[in-house]
Amino acid sequence: MISKDYIIIDPHGMHARPATALLRLSRQYKSDFSLKKDDKLIQMKSMLNILSVAAKYGDTISILVEGEDEADAIAAFDNFFNEEMKNF
Amino acid sequence: MKGIGVSPGISIGNAFKIEKTETFSSGIRIETEEAKNIEIEKFDKAVSDSVEELKNIRENKKTEFNDEDNDILDTQIEFLCDPQIKSDVLGKIDAENKSANDAVIEVISSAVQMFTEMEDEYLRERASDLRDIGARILKNLSHSKQSAPQVIKRNTIIIAEDISPSDLLSLDMTRISGFATIGGGKTSHTCIIAKAKGIPAVIGCGNELESIRQNDIIILDGSNGDVIIRPDKKTISEYKSKQIKISEELSLLKTLKNLPAATKDGHLIKLFANISDDSDLEQVFDNGGEGVGLFRTEILFMGRDSFPSEEEQFQFYKKVAIKSKNKPVTVRTLDIGGDKQLPYFGIPAENNPFLGYRAIRICLKQKDIFLTQLKAILRASHFGKLKIMFPMICSLDEVQDAKVCVQQAKNELRLSGEKFNENIEIGIMIEIPGAALIADILAKEVDFFSIGTNDLCMYTLAVDRMNNQVSDLYDNFNPGLLRLIKNVIDQAHKHDKTVGLCGEMASDPQATLILLGMGLDEFSMGAASIPHIKKTIIGTSILKAREVCRNVMAMSDSKSIIRYLKKQAE
Repeated sequence: MISKDYIIIDPHGMHARPATALLRLSRQYKSDFSLKKDDKLIQMKSMLNILSVAAKYGDTISILVEGEDEADAIAAFDNFFNEEMKNF
Repeated sequence: MKGIGVSPGISIGNAFKIEKTETFSSGIRIETEEAKNIEIEKFDKAVSDSVEELKNIRENKKTEFNDEDNDILDTQIEFLCDPQIKSDVLGKIDAENKSANDAVIEVISSAVQMFTEMEDEYLRERASDLRDIGARILKNLSHSKQSAPQVIKRNTIIIAEDISPSDLLSLDMTRISGFATIGGGKTSHTCIIAKAKGIPAVIGCGNELESIRQNDIIILDGSNGDVIIRPDKKTISEYKSKQIKISEELSLLKTLKNLPAATKDGHLIKLFANISDDSDLEQVFDNGGEGVGLFRTEILFMGRDSFPSEEEQFQFYKKVAIKSKNKPVTVRTLDIGGDKQLPYFGIPAENNPFLGYRAIRICLKQKDIFLTQLKAILRASHFGKLKIMFPMICSLDEVQDAKVCVQQAKNELRLSGEKFNENIEIGIMIEIPGAALIADILAKEVDFFSIGTNDLCMYTLAVDRMNNQVSDLYDNFNPGLLRLIKNVIDQAHKHDKTVGLCGEMASDPQATLILLGMGLDEFSMGAASIPHIKKTIIGTSILKAREVCRNVMAMSDSKSIIRYLKKQAE
């Protein structure tokens, strides 16, 4: 299992557009994903769950990946949180 | 009637009311496994029908839709297919013997509840997406026929309690000229779509809106939130001419918005806006503003019964810092006193409040107030390009004292481990003639000046502009005032410091050429004036402006100056 922390760099936080993109990205991999913020841990398959975390600009979240393609997945997540999140 | 104007513009049209359909729980209990399976199948079918409908909406209107429309549909489709919602619904059917209808109502309401309680305004609004998909699933569950597509006439103003996102997307936007809603929030889809399509919209009108009948003539002013029901002919023609004026301004704005504010010979000017809180920022960027030259902080201190805490102030400044998209924002420290009094901070009656205990004078005597604000601004500087500006400076001592306070605030923050911009720029307002005259001395102490011409004019000419007997003496083109302004700009530039101007003069196109010619770096004004000033700047050259400035400075009275400027404008 890989766990990695990211800071939300979109000024609007984790709103619907990045959440949709995140869901779609995670579907491309076979691994299981969860997202953790503070004490809240959610399965990353649900839009409702992702939005319910209410991650704001500047918040730190952790992504936990487990599965055969976890290394590839986390590389894609690096790019998502550090680059793509700027453009939503 | 008045609501909140969220998408500017005036529209005159016929009302079309959208009525809400009510949903009820049935209370039916599903007992047998077989019946439960039927309910689950019904739910699955209703969801897939709903997804199908949304996909059809997108397919049918592919050409009209922009990114935002598609985002709304994507979000809703994600919600419809959400595994969490599905497992919650199935759980209620299976373990609590609910019907599919009742399970959906309960699951959606608790999700809606969760979103409406969220701190973030944007996320709160997603409750409307959930309500919308809930209603769609329920409709498909009950096999009720799809409501016949509404035939909408040209020039229709939609009246509704709140417009659901999918209603919004299935309406023929080309025929809609306005929206008015009873409820709704500023980040609701109605607002987003109305703004994106340039359709005037007023939200939060309250229940008075219900007095509108189908097909009533309505006037909607999306700038100030006015809604006029069944107006008379005179009012209609008044608004028609307003409409024409606005559409002319809009087209000016559109052509100018993305152009740089540069003269014909390539001299770049910064056009900034004056704001009071984060909600003003949107308009700043809509008008092509490149930052904030004056962020007045008083609004946070007014209408309450005690000073706001550091945390409260921090949140207030942080919002602006984040929403300013990394563009510069000059935060002016507290400017109370004079004509701005706080109920919880009594200043003994003064014979001359404008010459009395106000602004930086208060802050330097009551340092706890000052330090609290400075710490809050510094903490917010971690989130955007904030600068600090002190108002009402009249001597070198004051600047130095204020800077010591900034140091102290920084030290305290360092001790508590708070992040802030170590190199935050510090500047002063030049609004007292004495300060304008020692600009050379003050320039060495600060990073920038901002000339506050309203007060500078008042103090230079000793005129109270609120006093009708003398208000005609208040004159931005008085040669004495112009010399002071020129001195400030010259001295600042000698010391490589930038100069802005944030009084009304910045938004007066007649003054643009002189100020440009004097070498002013930043003009800061109400956002709506930016396109007009940009137009003036784009239409001239720096050489021409310098010539105008030279000629004006050689003139001995403001009447000749104004006459000359009018001639130049022709």
